[in-house]
Amino acid sequence: MTGTLFAVQVLNGLQLGVLLFLVAAGLTLVFGVMDFINLAHGVQYMLGAYLAVTFYGLTGNFFATVVLALAAALVLGLVLEMLVFRHFYDRDHLDQVLATFGVILFLNEGVRIVWGAAPLSYPGPDILDGAIPIMEGFGYPIYRIALIVAGLACALGLWLVVTRTRVGMLIRAGAANPAMLSALGVDVRRLFMIVFGFGAMLAGFAGVMAGPIFSVEPGMGDGVLILAFVVIVIGGIGSIRGAFLAALLVGLVDTLGRSFMTDIFKLFLEPSAANQVGPAIASMLIYVLMAGVLFFRPTGLFPAAGRS
Amino acid sequence: MSENLTRGWVIAAVLLLAFAALPPLAEATGHSYLTVVASRVMIYAIAALSLDLILGYGAMVSFGHAAFIGIGAYAVGISAEHGLWEGTLTFPLAMAAAGLFALVTGAISLRTRGVYFIMITLAFGQMAYYTASSLSAYGGDDGLTIWGRSELFASPLLENEWSFYFFVLACLSLCWWFASRVVGSRFGRVIAGVRENRARMAAIGFDPYRHQLVAYVISGMIAGLAGALLANHSEFVSPAYMSWQRSGDLIIMVVLGGMGTLYGAVLGAVAYLALEDVLAGFTEHWRVIFGPLLILIVLYARGGIARAFRGEGRDG
Amino acid sequence: MRRGMMAATVAAGMAVAGAFGAVSGAAQAAEPLKVGMLLTLSGPPAVLGKHIQEGFELFVEQNGGKLGGRDVELIVVDDELKPDVALTKVKELLDRDKVDFVAGIVFSNILQAVFRPVTESETFLIGANAGTSTFAGRACNKFFFSTSWQNDQIHEVMGKYAQEKGFKKVFLMAPNYQAGKDSINGFKRYYEGEVVDEVYTKLGNLDFSAELAKIAASKPDALFTFMPGGMGVNLVRQFNQAGLSDSVTFLSAFTVDGTTLPATKDAALGLFSSSQWTPDLDNAANKQFVAAYEAKYGSLPSLYSSQGYDAAQLIDSGVAAVGGDLSDKDAVIAALEKADFASVRGDFSYNNNHFPIQDFYLVKAVKRDDGAYHTTVVEKVFDDYGDVYAKDCRMN
Repeated sequence: MTGTLFAVQVLNGLQLGVLLFLVAAGLTLVFGVMDFINLAHGVQYMLGAYLAVTFYGLTGNFFATVVLALAAALVLGLVLEMLVFRHFYDRDHLDQVLATFGVILFLNEGVRIVWGAAPLSYPGPDILDGAIPIMEGFGYPIYRIALIVAGLACALGLWLVVTRTRVGMLIRAGAANPAMLSALGVDVRRLFMIVFGFGAMLAGFAGVMAGPIFSVEPGMGDGVLILAFVVIVIGGIGSIRGAFLAALLVGLVDTLGRSFMTDIFKLFLEPSAANQVGPAIASMLIYVLMAGVLFFRPTGLFPAAGRS
Repeated sequence: MSENLTRGWVIAAVLLLAFAALPPLAEATGHSYLTVVASRVMIYAIAALSLDLILGYGAMVSFGHAAFIGIGAYAVGISAEHGLWEGTLTFPLAMAAAGLFALVTGAISLRTRGVYFIMITLAFGQMAYYTASSLSAYGGDDGLTIWGRSELFASPLLENEWSFYFFVLACLSLCWWFASRVVGSRFGRVIAGVRENRARMAAIGFDPYRHQLVAYVISGMIAGLAGALLANHSEFVSPAYMSWQRSGDLIIMVVLGGMGTLYGAVLGAVAYLALEDVLAGFTEHWRVIFGPLLILIVLYARGGIARAFRGEGRDG
Repeated sequence: MRRGMMAATVAAGMAVAGAFGAVSGAAQAAEPLKVGMLLTLSGPPAVLGKHIQEGFELFVEQNGGKLGGRDVELIVVDDELKPDVALTKVKELLDRDKVDFVAGIVFSNILQAVFRPVTESETFLIGANAGTSTFAGRACNKFFFSTSWQNDQIHEVMGKYAQEKGFKKVFLMAPNYQAGKDSINGFKRYYEGEVVDEVYTKLGNLDFSAELAKIAASKPDALFTFMPGGMGVNLVRQFNQAGLSDSVTFLSAFTVDGTTLPATKDAALGLFSSSQWTPDLDNAANKQFVAAYEAKYGSLPSLYSSQGYDAAQLIDSGVAAVGGDLSDKDAVIAALEKADFASVRGDFSYNNNHFPIQDFYLVKAVKRDDGAYHTTVVEKVFDDYGDVYAKDCRMN
């Protein structure tokens, strides 16, 4: 009984983890390769979900929606890159933070004007409808399992690209020593655009996949952005492997904390006191985790080689 | 350097005089509410000033600075809830509480650099936020109404909008003066030196970590004072004061105004809040204007408003 | 920079002062009635504020742009869900705009922040949503009137229903903040069966899979939850996806309503909620309100729209009763206390604490023939019901 509950929670943790990874991967690549802090990465996740709402309304088909939304997310990402981000690559981090914060304000409000303030939604595909019975009266939705699988597949694909291809080699080189890469005659601008477009697409993909589970609303990217930052900082900036492991770690810690923290406190506190303390501690657990990791390893678990 | 310093003093004097002239002017023109608005602006200016001290001079980007404001505010709120209204006690208490929090979190955070420092300060800010949210005895997430303002030597002086205004103005002037003394001192030069070249400062015998920590605590205490003032201004405290968005607002103020000048932080706070107020008057969708405006400011007005006062070109 | 701004502000202010300044009681009736609406119009919960605003504006429009016979100047401001921003905005409304009424206020923490300055300035405060227990009880004030409910009432409806229905085991879940805790307490006031577990989730929580697994494991007869806005949307859909709707009865407050139904769609069908109003409530005032609202905004109103509409009606009735002359504040209060208007929710009268005495219903989500989703009454749970805090209120 408790075992099943625990297993379900682990699945839930994994699912949050892969979702976070999809967002964090783009963030850590852009940060690692271009040394560019993109706060607007969260709104790109949001845009993915909103685009999916529109495309689902037009096509009524989930898979067509995914393809169209991804293409549109890529285009929008590149437009943003050309209009705004490009001009800030050689600025310091603070300028980047401010400029991308401006993008957040604009897009959050723009989305509200175009799609309205009310939460929206669209369903997942019919063939992934339904649930796998796990315990009596409770099934684990197939769509969520599909999400975990898709996320893991993405992670694997990303790992293959980064470790086995020429572009991947350049990305790794860029993360380790961008100046040297440029000196060797690599077209860094083009590499940047590829990395950026790729990151925007991953975030958009996460948004599209999250839509059928979560509600689509203005500002939905802000919380995810903070979590993604927590992930890449724990993992070590620029490291895909670190982001992957940290995403799963954060997903598991957050989910398991939320489900069991209050019960743990109930073992040695009054139920009412446990209800006070438990949720508060559970909410801050991932921040405690991050502070703890940084205390012992000030540059994260897997700092990219060559950076300090 | 000396020319810079003089300019700083001139701008400070002009700004403070303008602040001092505002209440009578507002009263005379029938806009007494401006006094209330301007005292909030000055409170945020104090907070921005404290952030500039570590961000502008020490390159320590604290993304959890709102936590100090919140702790200062809660110190006043919780004291009032227990019947302690005496500002001569609660204000130092607020500063001490915020300073203590800065000491503990700073000791850990300052082991990290760059983005890692930004994120670990964010983490501590979030912890403070969730702690305040769970204080159900003090209103929890809804916040805590304070049924009155702090007393000064048992007199309800601050209840009056004008005297409160000038009290805030006095605090701002004092903090400004103190911050400029810190910056100009040997200690301040060590902080700036660590920003430029940490290893060299260590080599010539200054402990970078300890100096940065002291600066961090001073900054936290000043922000705590701003929090205590904010609690008196709103007669209300809430965990929302500590949200990460607020910390972000403070960073924007400092960068907008121009880092490492002190007066830039004050100008930034004024400009940011005024801009927000004016734009919000035009349309409820003011962020659609504010967002791109922010991008353009960063793009073309590099160095913030302070640069305009120095009369330098954008690439100078 | 700053001085330019100040000069501009002062100049603009002078123009306003020139236009509206120097009014005396006699000339007042000819001046527009100023109503400041303080609403949360940004962030995820913006839709609630929007609906209140739309309901309010609809009545003003139907009434020829007048309330109580006077032209209306409506000043809408966004509190951004930040208490100190709300406070600054409300001071501007009071000192700069010199509004006669402040109306709206979606969230209880905003009400906490602005309650004192508004009532101390002797300006009428019409709460169209938040109904904090403090202001219904010991801190009630004669200048404050609510056109919604006292928070607990909505939750008590569910507690009473669960008790009457004989549910043996109930699972309780709410966000971890004050209103969430109040909600659980409200439910427990009437429910005497076993509470298998009380779970408090993070405010703004979007993924309920962990909690749903817990619910399934504890096998309750019913789940009672309070999850406003986007949280509710997620919960309802995930509850449905997990297949729990077959075994666990879903009882809720502010979770299944006109703001979330467009997003939850079929997933919410048959789920229960409690409310003082539904779009198909059978009375003449409501019929014309819903028809006019749909014609104007192209969607069904929510209970928030109805509260905004009633707030406008209340102001209209009060101002009309004193012939548009607001100088005698006590007369205005007496007029407002009569609640002399046809509320879209049917029975409506004021309690001694200026919160409505009204009927509360168990409602459920249904789909109309044209595909629109709305709530409909299942049964009346409370008749002419006041709140439990009214006895602590000593109106001064």
